[in-house]
Amino acid sequence: MTKTSTDPIYVTDALIAEDIEAYLEQHQQKSLLRFITCGSVDDGKSTLIGRLLYDSKMIFEDQLAALEADSKRVGTQGQEIDFALLVDGLAAEREQGITIDVAYRFFTTEKRKFIVADTPGHEQYTRNMVTGASTADLAVILIDARKGVLTQTRRHSFLAHLIGIKHIVLAVNKMDLVGYDKTVFDRITLAYRAFASEIGITNFTAIPISGFKGDNITALSDNTPWFKGPALIEHLENVEVGSAADEARSFRMPAQWVNRPNLDFRGFSGQLASGKVRPGDAVRVLPSGKTSTVSRIVTLDGDLAEAVAGQSVTLTLADEVDCSRGDVIAAADAPPEAADQFEATLVWMADEAMIAGRAYWLKLATQSVSATIQQPKYEINVNTLDHLAAKTLELNGIGVVELSTDKPITFEAYSDNHTLGGFILIDKLTNATVAAGMLHFSLRRAQNVHWQATDIDRDMRANLKNQRPALLWFTGLSGSGKSTIANLVEKKLHRMNRHSFLLDGDNVRHGLNRDLGFTEADRIENIRRVGEVAKLMSDAGLIVITAFISPFRAERDMVRSMLPEGEFIEVFIDTPLAEAEKRDVKGLYKKARAGQLKNFTGIDSPYEAPEAPEIRIDTTAMTPDQAADLIIDRLLG
Amino acid sequence: MTDTLTHLDRLEAESIHIMREVMADAAKPVMLYSVGKDSAVMLHLARKAFYPSPPPFPLLHVDTTWKFQAMYELRDRMAAESGMELIVYQNPEAKARGINPFDHGPLHTDMWKTEGLKQALDLHGFDVAFGGARRDEEKSRAKERIFSFRTASHGWDPKKQRPELWNLYNARKAKGESIRVFPISNWTELDIWQYIARENIPIVPLYFAAPRPTVTRDGLLLMVDDDRFPLLPGETPVQRSVRFRTLGCYPLTGAVESEAKTLSEVIQEMLLTTTSERQGRIIDKDGGDASMEKKKQEGYF
Repeated sequence: MTKTSTDPIYVTDALIAEDIEAYLEQHQQKSLLRFITCGSVDDGKSTLIGRLLYDSKMIFEDQLAALEADSKRVGTQGQEIDFALLVDGLAAEREQGITIDVAYRFFTTEKRKFIVADTPGHEQYTRNMVTGASTADLAVILIDARKGVLTQTRRHSFLAHLIGIKHIVLAVNKMDLVGYDKTVFDRITLAYRAFASEIGITNFTAIPISGFKGDNITALSDNTPWFKGPALIEHLENVEVGSAADEARSFRMPAQWVNRPNLDFRGFSGQLASGKVRPGDAVRVLPSGKTSTVSRIVTLDGDLAEAVAGQSVTLTLADEVDCSRGDVIAAADAPPEAADQFEATLVWMADEAMIAGRAYWLKLATQSVSATIQQPKYEINVNTLDHLAAKTLELNGIGVVELSTDKPITFEAYSDNHTLGGFILIDKLTNATVAAGMLHFSLRRAQNVHWQATDIDRDMRANLKNQRPALLWFTGLSGSGKSTIANLVEKKLHRMNRHSFLLDGDNVRHGLNRDLGFTEADRIENIRRVGEVAKLMSDAGLIVITAFISPFRAERDMVRSMLPEGEFIEVFIDTPLAEAEKRDVKGLYKKARAGQLKNFTGIDSPYEAPEAPEIRIDTTAMTPDQAADLIIDRLLG
Repeated sequence: MTDTLTHLDRLEAESIHIMREVMADAAKPVMLYSVGKDSAVMLHLARKAFYPSPPPFPLLHVDTTWKFQAMYELRDRMAAESGMELIVYQNPEAKARGINPFDHGPLHTDMWKTEGLKQALDLHGFDVAFGGARRDEEKSRAKERIFSFRTASHGWDPKKQRPELWNLYNARKAKGESIRVFPISNWTELDIWQYIARENIPIVPLYFAAPRPTVTRDGLLLMVDDDRFPLLPGETPVQRSVRFRTLGCYPLTGAVESEAKTLSEVIQEMLLTTTSERQGRIIDKDGGDASMEKKKQEGYF
């Protein structure tokens, strides 16, 4: 089987057999197109992909034999080959009859190599499709000719457009089942055009096909004499991929790795995100802004005269400028900007919903920073495209948010540069990738509100007080003894003529944080505000003491990252739950057990104990006074 | 406007990007080196990625003692040429019990390869291991991530794998967890051959046809590579012109009859053939159609 096709689009056996050298020469020069197919099994997507693989001889006899056997056993096409079986994979999903992931498939024609992202499934559709589309140059939107433009067509088109795919193909499938009727095709194309322009898709190519029968796949079909082309493969082979546009933009290369084999060589390795670079070009290293000139483009195959977008290279610079992983090397006269507050679109990908105010790792190109997300401005309903009010984003939710990072990142709008505008969010505890995001722009606040440099700095203020500022951050269960010990510590410091300030959890809730409740989001905001206040006070030169349950590790780490290295001292008041509940100084445990208090730490809300606190106090082994002495010893000693 | 970069240029740039990205978060990476053509390409890409530095990780060969002699020769040569440390690991228990493919069936692969790999990774504390698997090899591999996460016990959970967007890889992990990274995921068998031709990458001569002593057994054409091969009554090795499409343990790897003596001829034959490269491997077939996935969950690469 397989090689019966004499179609010139695919592998030409004659040339392979007669002149393999000529064939290889020709095939060294192929380009690469990545595309995604959108649609469900009902639209004939699997059949289409199976057809592409089959026609391009990517299915071998042993695989075909297995396919034929499978088709008869579990197929849905009677005795015919069920191509859907070619494009499933994992045993678990096959058993459950659902597909839960993105599969990548490969085929090649005389002109191009293709990588197809196949994203089946219904439940997880948004997450999977966005993942598959992120690397695609083109999207094939499948429509069942009998059904026309459906809700899912809109969803697929919206997502493809959202992720920035420039080339849309509307494949009106199953034309054989509507008698190859031109009016059906025209009606669907017209309906789609109206909808597409609504969401900003200005250009698409509509093709009437039958994946099952093969019409207009590799060549124009006699069944649709009214269709002047192109056939699907012909279009895929000729569509211009994004690389030319990328090359035309200004040069940017995120530094990935500093290459330092010996003292005489210092190179910066990375993949060009856009533009071109040549030795002699003036470049700027961001965020420092230092300028230099490219000396060499070093590769194992010898130095290059030029590198273009998409290439992985190593650059050396003429001057000894600082540059490390996360920096961006860019054209000196057109550098990208840096900012720490943005508006962005987020696609939520985790089972756990987004938590406004919580800090996540944000990875953009080679930069990793800590980022906090605000409550969404709105969520987008992917079926109706309506904007909805939302407090959070659930799995597969898409929304527009504002976010701020703990230090500036070098970026461009996603619409201009996918590499410097696309990012992922990572949960700090589980390390899971929880969201994909696309930066729109930096907020005016961040661009225009600069840090006001003051003449008296924090060191001068602290020197006047003859002390080093610090933040003693007490954490522990309710009733563990935080306030008691913190109070003792401050009294002792006072006697030693140290300038201190104790921020107590309960007291702060009477004023600064009066508007906050005890939900997870409010607790996080509570800690964030306290962190900011503590930071101002330590800037003033004070030794700040705080006593808050602060149950979540992520928030304590957030405060730690606000302060200079070494100034955040985590004091874990380690009292077992049973012991704290036995003491129950304020009678709160009793209330919580009785169900009168919700979200009570240790009862129905978790306490995440510190993994490596600077100081750990075991209250079952020492008195409060001993504890206070130990803390002061560690602080001043 | 035509594309400046060819498909091989793009695949190469992507693989190099992946390897460098690993260096950002890895504490102790290692490259699994099986001496086959995919390993050869992966090693070549590593040399390109870090040039003029040598690749900043060692090579690990999880040896079964049953590889072809020609593979051991090329392995030692390539390690010396690349300037990388070569770690050879042989599961001591399998060695002590004399586990071999003739007497022990699937246990051979399980102990030497699956267990051997886990032991080697644990022994050296490697937290990231590069592997040369490709998505086009087998159905369940089509959905494999480029960064594949394993629990502390090397388990693979399809539901816990992270989405991979753009060229952003999340390589953060908890203590004890490890990552298998597949930098040539998006290469096909044809890409591998074309790249070997373009870059002049040294490969084991067994990929080229030559007269070799063979016997036919269970439908496979096996090469009698050394005198440990127990001949059955009536079996006499016959000189046939054969070559191999994939390489593994010689008693488990089927040869194909061929006259393809040059790289071009090998590619020609590959393009004209009608069977997939894994067809000559016994390993995919035990345990039904989900066998590769099952092996992966158990920790096989």
